Amino acid sequence: MASTIRVRATSSGDTTEVQALIQHPMDSGFVKDAKGELIPPHFIQEVTFEHDGKKIFVADWGPAVSKDPYLKFAFKGGKKGDELKISWTDNKGSSDQTTAKIQ
Amino acid sequence: MNNEIDKTRRLILQGAAVVALAGIGVRFGLTQALAAAANDKYPEEAFKQKSGDDAIKSLYGKTAETSDKVKLDAPEIAENGAVVPISVSSSLPDVTSISILVTENPFTLAASYKIPEGTMASVSNRLKMAKTSNVIAIVEAGGKLYSASKEVKVTVGGCGG
Amino acid sequence: MRLVPGSVLGSTFGIVVAALLMGAAHSAPASDTPNPAADAKAFQKFFTDKFPKVKFEDFVNGPYSMDEGLYQQWKEKEEFPPYEFALDMGKELFAKPFKNGKTFADCFPNKGIGIRQNYPTFDEKQGKVVTLELAVNQCLESNGEKPYSYTKDEMAAVTAYMAFTSRGKPFDIKIPNDPRALAAYENGKRYFYTRRGQLNFSCASCHVQSPGEHIRAEVLAPALGILNAMPIYRSEWGGMGTTSRRFTSCNSQVRGVPLKPQDDEYRDLEYYLSYVSNGLPISGPGARP
Repeated sequence: MASTIRVRATSSGDTTEVQALIQHPMDSGFVKDAKGELIPPHFIQEVTFEHDGKKIFVADWGPAVSKDPYLKFAFKGGKKGDELKISWTDNKGSSDQTTAKIQ
Repeated sequence: MNNEIDKTRRLILQGAAVVALAGIGVRFGLTQALAAAANDKYPEEAFKQKSGDDAIKSLYGKTAETSDKVKLDAPEIAENGAVVPISVSSSLPDVTSISILVTENPFTLAASYKIPEGTMASVSNRLKMAKTSNVIAIVEAGGKLYSASKEVKVTVGGCGG
Repeated sequence: MRLVPGSVLGSTFGIVVAALLMGAAHSAPASDTPNPAADAKAFQKFFTDKFPKVKFEDFVNGPYSMDEGLYQQWKEKEEFPPYEFALDMGKELFAKPFKNGKTFADCFPNKGIGIRQNYPTFDEKQGKVVTLELAVNQCLESNGEKPYSYTKDEMAAVTAYMAFTSRGKPFDIKIPNDPRALAAYENGKRYFYTRRGQLNFSCASCHVQSPGEHIRAEVLAPALGILNAMPIYRSEWGGMGTTSRRFTSCNSQVRGVPLKPQDDEYRDLEYYLSYVSNGLPISGPGARP
């Protein structure tokens, strides 16, 4: 299966801008399905970005983050060709990870 | 189930905190103890708070002061409450975390970001909003909390049903 | 025949007016002769006159070309658009061989790349309008594969990819010299302007009379260019939808009973609506509130 994580990391000067989009329902637990039953909460709780063995960004999320969540941030110290490691875990214990090269 | 274990653990923690901090001001002490214990862990308790103040206290164990050095970008009117683009940045030095709260959501804390040294104090994300609400950005810098807020009008709620 | 809803005119007076109108039509026979080229010109002029500040090619961006606040949110979404996953899935499905070893590329001109702007097309062999969605399913079926459901998922993914490879190419819908083609066009036009549903709205009530205005909380999209962005990721849907989905949901929103996806009338409607947007670039897949 294709990765649930899409990453774009571009470096310019000494700053690397990172954008990520993750495929996930992010069910809040407040929405009912067609039968009128509550869809149980199912959402990503933590996303971690690592560069060179060091955490450069950690997102802690509740159920209010939109479906197929998006993130953008920037850090110093990355160069073109460096690898970023991105991983997430959700409240049901599922997880996924990927690596992306800085462009 | 993990959840059950968590619940039990919380109850035990709560009990311990009450015993240890009796007479000091239970609630404040408790949240501070939890905040300290949380450290690198997912701040589960903070995400369950229904008021903005409680969420901030649970997360940081202190209160925030408004600052014009916290920049909060959010639309005046959200095109759809399911996807509201929100960005927070700050010109303050030594920023260590950024959190975003939506005060009218069932649980107010939406997202909390750790900003290690070398990472810029700037983040963009997309959040769900149940209805028209204040959005509060919290920036932790040099051990202190700073905030900015903005009202976002929501005409199509982001919670379906 | 055009209905006049909620008319409080006395019936005698109504009949007189109708007779007068018919008389007028008879005295000017030219206006009764179908003329798609003149239709398209008048249709486009209506919108460019109504919205002099909107650039012609921006009509493909729907409500985002009408409202500054929405435009900013759209810009932000386009930085990493929500249709990205559908696009990837479409690219994969498009390249994946069928059980017989063939692929979608074998069914389409130019291997299916950069051809979105030519659909719908009038197929003289089949004697009917063939939309891109219908062509995708005909391709699947002729290769012994199960057709896709028309409204979302795989169909949205494959058409998203095909639209993506055609971005910027202007709609180039042709009406061949075949009375059946012209009849299909006229039928689509009639469908577009006919009122229906409990709200008694035609497609035109919202998308010609009122684009840029709010209906409850939403900003209505102009009919001009509305199909150029298909398929779309709608936040309201929390996912992708095809032209079929858009048509059926529009009918439901005016509290009418939607037709089956790819019904003759819907295909004719798509034919008409695409034709009058000729010249506007394909912008799909799109993101919409």
